[in-house]
Order: sequence, then C-alpha cells, then structure tokens
Amino acid sequence: MIELQHIDKYYNIGTVNEVCLFKDFNLTIHDGDFISVIGSNGSGKTSMLNLICGSLEAEAGKIILNGEDITHQKEYVRQRKIGRVYQNPAMGTCPSMTILENMSLADNKGKAYGLQFGTNKKRIDDYREMLSQLGLGLEDMMGSKVGSLSGGQRQAMALLMTTMTPIEFLILDEHTAALDPKTAELIMELTGKVVKEKNLTTIMVTHNLRYAVEYGKRLIMMHQGNAIVDKAGKEKEELDVDALLNQFNQISIETGN
Amino acid sequence: MEQLIIGVLEQGFIYAIMALGVYITYKILDFPDLSVDSTFPLGAAVTALMLSNEMNPFLALLASTAAGALAGIGTGLIHVKCKVRDLLSGIIMMTALYTLNLRLAGGSANVPLFNNQSVFDNDFINGLFPEALSSYKTVIIIFIIMMIAKVLLDFYMKTKSGYLLRAVGDNPTIVTSLAKDSGFVKIVGLAISNGLVALAGSVMCQQQRFFEISMGTGTIVIGLASVIIGTNVFKGNLLKATTAVVIGSVLYKACVAIAIEVGLPASDLKFITAVLFLIILIISMDRKKKVKS
Repeated sequence: MIELQHIDKYYNIGTVNEVCLFKDFNLTIHDGDFISVIGSNGSGKTSMLNLICGSLEAEAGKIILNGEDITHQKEYVRQRKIGRVYQNPAMGTCPSMTILENMSLADNKGKAYGLQFGTNKKRIDDYREMLSQLGLGLEDMMGSKVGSLSGGQRQAMALLMTTMTPIEFLILDEHTAALDPKTAELIMELTGKVVKEKNLTTIMVTHNLRYAVEYGKRLIMMHQGNAIVDKAGKEKEELDVDALLNQFNQISIETGN
Repeated sequence: MEQLIIGVLEQGFIYAIMALGVYITYKILDFPDLSVDSTFPLGAAVTALMLSNEMNPFLALLASTAAGALAGIGTGLIHVKCKVRDLLSGIIMMTALYTLNLRLAGGSANVPLFNNQSVFDNDFINGLFPEALSSYKTVIIIFIIMMIAKVLLDFYMKTKSGYLLRAVGDNPTIVTSLAKDSGFVKIVGLAISNGLVALAGSVMCQQQRFFEISMGTGTIVIGLASVIIGTNVFKGNLLKATTAVVIGSVLYKACVAIAIEVGLPASDLKFITAVLFLIILIISMDRKKKVKS
C-alpha cells in the first residue's frame, strides 16, 4: 500500500514564477490496485510518480509505503520494491550492452553486484524463454547491442527487465506514448499480462483514454494537482471514452485551454 | 632503428596502462577526469619515496596503484557528495595533488633514483634474464605489467560489478532502477581508473629512474589521444576495446617518435602532442559526420 498524505509541492520556490502544484494532496493506493491516471499536461501526473519514486521531494506531507515512512528515503533505496518504466524507451535499457548483458543486469536486482561473473550461463535459457514470450524475435539476437533495437523492442525489453525480479509496485510513466499505435498496443497487452500474472500493484499514467478505460481497476483524472475523478470497481467499468472526453473538455474550457 | 622501436614500445606500453584508466572514465563513465595529470606523477612520487627508502620496487607498484585509487575516490566524492561538476572535481583534485606530490618527493621537484633498485633492475630480475636478452628486459617487463593490468580489467568488466559500471555511464537511470547508488558506482570507476594511471606513473618513474614533478603534464591529452585512436581505428567487434586502447597508445607514441626523428627538437614535444591530438579529434569527428549523413 502506498499512501500520499497532505502533500504540498511547489515549483520555482522564491521566484516570481512560483507555482503551487499540490496543496494538501492525498491518495491511497491499495495492494492489487491497477490505477490508470489521466489528465492534461501540467496536471501533476508525472510529479506524483516522481514523488512516489523519490526523484522529487515534497515541501510538506508524508509518503508511506507498506506502513513505512519513505518521505526522505533515497530514490535508489525505494527502487528495491518499485519498478518503473519510462516514456522514453532509452531510459530502461543500456544501449551499449547486449540484450543478454541487459537481461543479466536486470536479473540481479535486489542482490549484490560483486565480482561474480556478470552473466549466469544457467539462466540464459530462461532469458531466451522470457524474450520469446514478447514475440519480437529478440531471443535470436541476444548478442546484439540494445542500442540497435527499435523503440518498441527496447520498451518491451524495459518492461520485461523491470518486472523479471520480484517487485511490489509497478510505475508506468506514459510508457506507450513514444511508440507507434501497433507497438503501443503490443506493449499494453504485455503490460496487462504481466500485471495480472505477478499481481503487481500498478500505477499507469497515460494520455490514451482508451487504454485508461480498458485497462486497470481504478481510474483517476488529475487536474491542477487534484484527483477530480477517482472511480473504482463497478463505477470504473461503466466509464467510457466519450464520457471521459467530455469531462476533459469541460476542464479545458474552465482553464481556458 | 631497433632502439627506436623498443623505445616506442616501452613508452607505448607504459602509457597504455594509463590510457586504460582514461578509457574507463572517458568512454565508459563519460566523466572527463582531468585529475590524471596529477595521479600519474602521484604514482611516481609514491614510488620515488619508497625506492629512495630501499623498499621493494614491486611493492611500490601496488602502493602507487592504491594511492591512485584513493585519489580517484577523492575526485568521486567531490563530484558525488559535494555535487561539483565532473570537470571541476578533476581540476580541484589535480591542483591539490600537486602539493601532495611535492611533499611525497621530500619537497624537491626532482628525485634521481639511478642507484636504487627498480622492477627492471634488482637481484631477482637480473638473475632471471640471460645476458642476450638484457636489451629487451625493460620492454618485456613493462609488457607483462601492462598485460596483467589489462587482463584484470577485462575480467572486471565481465563481472556483475563491471556490468554496473558500464551501465552507469550508459544510462545512470537504470542503475537507480536496479536499486543501486549510481554515485557509488561512479566512485568505484574513478578509483579503478586512477589506480591504473598511478600504476603507469610508477612504472614510468622506475623506467626513467627519476621523479620529476611536471612529468604528468599533458597525461590526459596522451590518454585521450590513445583512447580515441584505438577505438576509432579498430571500430567494430574485431578487437576488444582494451586491446584497441593499448594499440592506440603504441601508435600514438610512434607518431610522436617519428615527429622527433624527422628533426623536430625534443622541447617541442608538448606542442607535437597537442597538434597530434587535434588532428586525431578532427579525423574522428569527420568520420562520425559521415556515418550520420
């Protein structure tokens, strides 16, 4: 469970451009939740993810993870339980290392990175099996550098690498936004599958309303640092893209966009 | 001619050890570490101190490496913990080490070691080499030291820790995602890099049999030139990057030797070094553009 309690977040503090993003923002993410987060640019979606992951620090408030206060915990320490896939496919893989080396690197998460051989030969067949499930033919090119792969292939690998070791929370930061429609569809299918299989508590930020409606058990619409829509269960199932789009337009009129 | 070739190989292999260190910071970590201009003489200063106190020359190699690693940790701490930019962290460490090097050398800018033992001239080694090979003795020993450094580095790069080091220069975000402190990994990389540079300084000091405070000036240029020549000439997967760097270093020293041989005075050495480096940079950038268009 992740709890955001009374979060205040300002940008450009002490300048004329000071902006208040969150003022007393509260959100509870229950175990097993699969939350789709939508909202216009600047509504606080990514800032919320950054606060949870620790790449941003709030001015006030607490972040509680499974009962433990992690408000001031370093980003890399939090990542033991959290896996994150970024919008940019380049963020989740190492371009100058081979597919096999990338898999080995990710497979060791949570353990010590000492002077043992980097690639465990006994695991190679398992890696090949995992890669073949992506259906992209990556299993036949394990010696190729990841930098030579396409964005979609890299994002599929990033998703696989993030979820191959036991984590509790999966953070998806517009992870299909940089992909073509067909690849985005594939990545979403893979995402749905892995979340279900591993029963991961997931927060997915997306600009694609259809994905937000189709996937996830709970939907949040952010606007100016508030969750103006928060629907779960049956209410969420009844939502459709048109209704959401209507709501979106209303917000846009209010803010003069 | 033979003398010239042996000279080039001796110098090339010594600077190859240093270039392997620069390869780690420049190519793997993407960290322009200027402190090598002072960690190279740091290795020499530690060696001068130990040799003039009649200590074991092989121990001096190890002690120099350790001293260099400590200096690298220092640069890393300045960068990671004090959040100083990479270039400036190196410059700060370089400046501070100058004083330390002078202190280690007993306050003098020159320490002659002509009558002291070295890894090239001691009872054990002298007994090992037959008279006929004596003119190749130095180059063989340098080659062995260089190869040990290279093989150990190659091995390290294949370990989990080595993977993490390669990852941090490539994409620091992924190291954080793997729940590891990317700052710590950078510090480890700087320690290994500067350890190698100081080891080269120690070998250099023992080979030329004196310590001189300014012997490190321009080290970074030689190191970068070697790395860039090596990695550009041997593109592709034919050669290991570390092997390419070693060959790059020898090629570079050969270029300088040729320049001196055709009649340029030895006092022009630094100028030749700089011009050669510029030419190499221009050529290698030219190639990059061709690839893009």
